[in-house]
Amino acid sequence: MIGLVVVSHSAKAAEGIRDIAAQMGGGDARIEPAGGDGDDGEGIGTDANRIGEAVDAADDGDGVVVLVDLGSAVMNTELALEMTDAEAVVADAPVLEGALNAAVETTSSKATLDSVVESAEDAREYRKLND
Amino acid sequence: MADESVQREALVAAVENVAARIESEKSHLTDLDSAIGDADHGNNMHRGFQAVAEKTDEFEGMDVDEIVKTIGTTIIGNVGGAAGPLYGGSIMTASQELEGGITAETSVAFAEAYLEKVKDRGDAPVGAKTMVDALTPAVHTYKKSVEHDDLPPLTALAKAVDAAERGVNFTVPLRASKGRASFLGWRSVGHQDPGATSTLFILEEILDTAGEYLEGETDVEAVAESAPDEDPEEAQ
Repeated sequence: MIGLVVVSHSAKAAEGIRDIAAQMGGGDARIEPAGGDGDDGEGIGTDANRIGEAVDAADDGDGVVVLVDLGSAVMNTELALEMTDAEAVVADAPVLEGALNAAVETTSSKATLDSVVESAEDAREYRKLND
Repeated sequence: MADESVQREALVAAVENVAARIESEKSHLTDLDSAIGDADHGNNMHRGFQAVAEKTDEFEGMDVDEIVKTIGTTIIGNVGGAAGPLYGGSIMTASQELEGGITAETSVAFAEAYLEKVKDRGDAPVGAKTMVDALTPAVHTYKKSVEHDDLPPLTALAKAVDAAERGVNFTVPLRASKGRASFLGWRSVGHQDPGATSTLFILEEILDTAGEYLEGETDVEAVAESAPDEDPEEAQ
């Protein structure tokens, strides 16, 4: 099964998004949070080593899609992916909505790395108000 | 240039000098970052370079490129924010260019690889009010001085530091279009970029360290011995 990693500047945000997305994935999705900075993850920021560990934990051999929030989350994720052997890609999507879409897609029997990325990126189109 | 053990010693000295400089500029960097960023650059850089300084015991017996790679990975593990991947990741990647040791030629290759990685990782062109604005003129000046003007590396490095300083000043009137400061829009104008500033501090310390070692080890004869070895190869 394709794994997911949620990268945020806040450990709490990453864990919270993981919880929401896991609920949508019916409990079957493999989702790892990688949020916060510093040894305990209490600081606001992102950490390439923590992201790399989450990617390895989420990977069962089928690959991993990573959802990211802002700025250094992208850079630290790219760096983490250069250092891991797992097949992993970053989705260019809003972190929460993208994680929900991706979690649903990973539980489909036909899911591929591309289809999960595509589902996550579909979340860019979401409108919250019907103007 | 100097043999491997002297290069190793010079790297340790450079790390210690950079760590001490960052320590003394910690609140300065944080002040710059609190104006247009998230006020963590001083602490982040301090934490990272202290960690690197504590690693210097392990450098004994390592090749020069391996030492530089270790400096990069230690920064990645200890510097938060974008500075971790930008400094640490780029040093790590560029360290490959120093296989076989530091020469005029490999130092230019290192500088170019480092700049390319920073620009690629940060996706920042010159003029976005980032470290690229200090780094680009420094690397271009260094390359030109060594390869085109045939200047000794120490002179080339001094020119590069001058260029970096002008680049740092150039960030002040710019509106940020990359990084956290870009969220501020026009309010970022009038502030000096913290990443460009820390880049300059590091280059200044590398220049100081290189000055100590290149002057210390080279009497006139040694210069005469090593210079013809390096230059004809490059000219070919």
